[in-house]
Amino acid sequence: MALTGIQIYKLLPASSKNPDVKKHGNCKDCGFPTCLAFAMKLAQKQAELAQCPYVEEESKGQLEASAAPPIRLITLSANGQSFKVGNETVMFRHEKTFFNPAGLFVRVKDTQADAADIAKTVADYVVDYVGMDLSLDGVAVEAAGGDFAATVAAVAGASSLPLILLTEDPALAEAGLKAAGDITPLLWAATNENWQAMAALAKQYKAPLAVRVPDGSLDDLAALAEQAKGAGVEDIVLDPGITDYGCSLAVYTQLRRLALKKNERKVGYPILAFAGDDPVLAGQHIAKYAGFVILDSFSPGTVYPLLVMRANIFTDPQKPIQVQPGLYEINNPKPTDPLMVTTNFSITYFAVANEVESSGLPGWLLVADAEGMSVLTAWAAGKFDAERIAKSVNNNGLAEKLGHKRLIIPGHVAVLMGELEEELPGWDIGVGPREAVDLPNYLKMQWG
Amino acid sequence: MPVIEIPKEKWSGAVREITLGATAADGGTRAKTVTIGGETAMPFLHFEGQMPHSPVIAVEIQDRPPADWPPVLLEAWGEATDDVVAWAKAAENSGADVLLLTFALHPDLNAAYARQTLRRVLEATGLPLIVFGPGQADIDNEILVAVAEEGEGERLLLGLCEDKNYRTIVAAALAHSHLVNARTAMDVNLAKQLNILINDMGLPMERIVMDPTTGALGYGMEYGYSVMERLRLAALQGDSMTQLPMLVTPGEEAWRTKEARAGEGVPAAWGDWTERAVNWETLTASTLIESGADVVVLRHPESVKRIRAMITALMNAN
Repeated sequence: MALTGIQIYKLLPASSKNPDVKKHGNCKDCGFPTCLAFAMKLAQKQAELAQCPYVEEESKGQLEASAAPPIRLITLSANGQSFKVGNETVMFRHEKTFFNPAGLFVRVKDTQADAADIAKTVADYVVDYVGMDLSLDGVAVEAAGGDFAATVAAVAGASSLPLILLTEDPALAEAGLKAAGDITPLLWAATNENWQAMAALAKQYKAPLAVRVPDGSLDDLAALAEQAKGAGVEDIVLDPGITDYGCSLAVYTQLRRLALKKNERKVGYPILAFAGDDPVLAGQHIAKYAGFVILDSFSPGTVYPLLVMRANIFTDPQKPIQVQPGLYEINNPKPTDPLMVTTNFSITYFAVANEVESSGLPGWLLVADAEGMSVLTAWAAGKFDAERIAKSVNNNGLAEKLGHKRLIIPGHVAVLMGELEEELPGWDIGVGPREAVDLPNYLKMQWG
Repeated sequence: MPVIEIPKEKWSGAVREITLGATAADGGTRAKTVTIGGETAMPFLHFEGQMPHSPVIAVEIQDRPPADWPPVLLEAWGEATDDVVAWAKAAENSGADVLLLTFALHPDLNAAYARQTLRRVLEATGLPLIVFGPGQADIDNEILVAVAEEGEGERLLLGLCEDKNYRTIVAAALAHSHLVNARTAMDVNLAKQLNILINDMGLPMERIVMDPTTGALGYGMEYGYSVMERLRLAALQGDSMTQLPMLVTPGEEAWRTKEARAGEGVPAAWGDWTERAVNWETLTASTLIESGADVVVLRHPESVKRIRAMITALMNAN
């Protein structure tokens, strides 16, 4: 938890009990007139502790610890791909935002002959959602009695994605780490029985380490994480050993609260969760605080909705999703079909596109760049005016593309009609309904 | 060994309990009633508060075979959609706690037809009923007033009750002992404001369900999600005008999306149509349940099964 300026001041030379340090109090070497002024700047994160050459080691430790994020940022790297998780600061996304989307990993076993093929399919999978490329984050390879090292090597060779090694056997873990080559996998898992050996491996290979207890005991989990840390492992991931709906919701919520609200460093790490083959459970883990979610299988019809769900939950509420400006085709329109214009605020776009789409009527939807604002807001802010709409019409070459020159504008901006007719000579401007829900009727009446 | 103390939130407020449907003892004809609300903590956090009633699954049926439902959805109900009585029974068998009867917009839709249809559904099922008009304020008023009279004493949940037509529907609910479903755009203050307006007409808070609207997965769901979390947090903090159970319609929203409706001409990365469509509905519903929904209205029987499994697991956890 962040310290206040006064708390920081008590750790600076001016407050020191050691005369050799105290004599540097208010020395101005940091560039600020007094230690107190420096403390205030530190609290506001407008100064760096390194600017004070005299601060005592013990104080430095406390100050650095207070500046560390409550949930440690863990990075998994592979060839050219990396995945980051942690650094979260709030319990509810409306309080600020959720920062680093939970990782979706697909599990393969070393007894599966097609493990490498699955890995390649997972690595190649990409799907477009409102102009964003969504993809999976990695593969979890499980030691299930097959040739673990060979499978890890094959998976690493077939995909460039980050890896998780699922084994509690230190000998297999080491074989897997070696077989992973340039990729540094997350090691799962250190338990009460094997933690010394697993921690030593994690340290030697600089791999993040998941610590696991069998029963959701937070005391045991914190103790195990402390032991791993004591053995020199810094990048730790928590597996409380429970994945059913109710207990995981309660325990993951408690872990997040401990880290954020109680500043409990012992559990200030991302959580790893198994979701089996249940997309609903995976969805709960994504929304409610897991950092890694492991799926038992890969299927596009399940992965696509999960990726969209994750994108939604991790959208910054202050920066709504925008749709790529441009011309969108709905229901395979012909050049003679109606042309409508709206803004690139995603919800506005979806409202309009959905209504036209489900009506079955073909049409062209021109999405103007209104900096992600809804129609009325954008109009009030001058981001959806005649000039911008005309520019959008011209840039998309609509006069050539379509067999007519008739543009339907949203009813809320009917006032733009006159100006638009000036900006777009030869065009007929129609005023559509105010609400998207009334579009199908309007199109049937005015165009049918 | 250091002992980790579990951090618990201490809330002062609670969501009101609301009962849908009435049995013969209370002047209705329902075989059972369904009570929702009563939460004293965020959803399913049994370690720090009460969730006395399980979230409820409403299954939507319509008075006519729906013209705009995609085949993946219609086929799941088979011939049942041809007749509202058969459909009501099939919906009850699919595991619904309550039924939503939606009147579609068609030339035969009038007060007498609505009464007759309601009567047939009441006789076909013993479940409590929610009744929605076609969603056009003037027609909704005509239909719902007739429904309220015909269903006297059944504690129906009537909707949509919006700022533009709440007076008529609230008056009908007041006169015939029903509840209203207060629908607003996704906004905390609009929801509160409508609750206040309805309450000011004399309808007790115990007869108002809040419907803060939702977007489907990928189509604004996160707005609804956060508005619901904020409404529920406000309720727990003691804001009495938000202490109402919430109803949302993930089924309707999800089945409007291209992902659920389109089987051909879509990217291969979208995967199998039925699998994707059912996931679209279940993930929309499950995410909203995690953020505080007390009633979710669903359309596909497989979604009902999956959401039932989820709710059961979450309610049975210790």
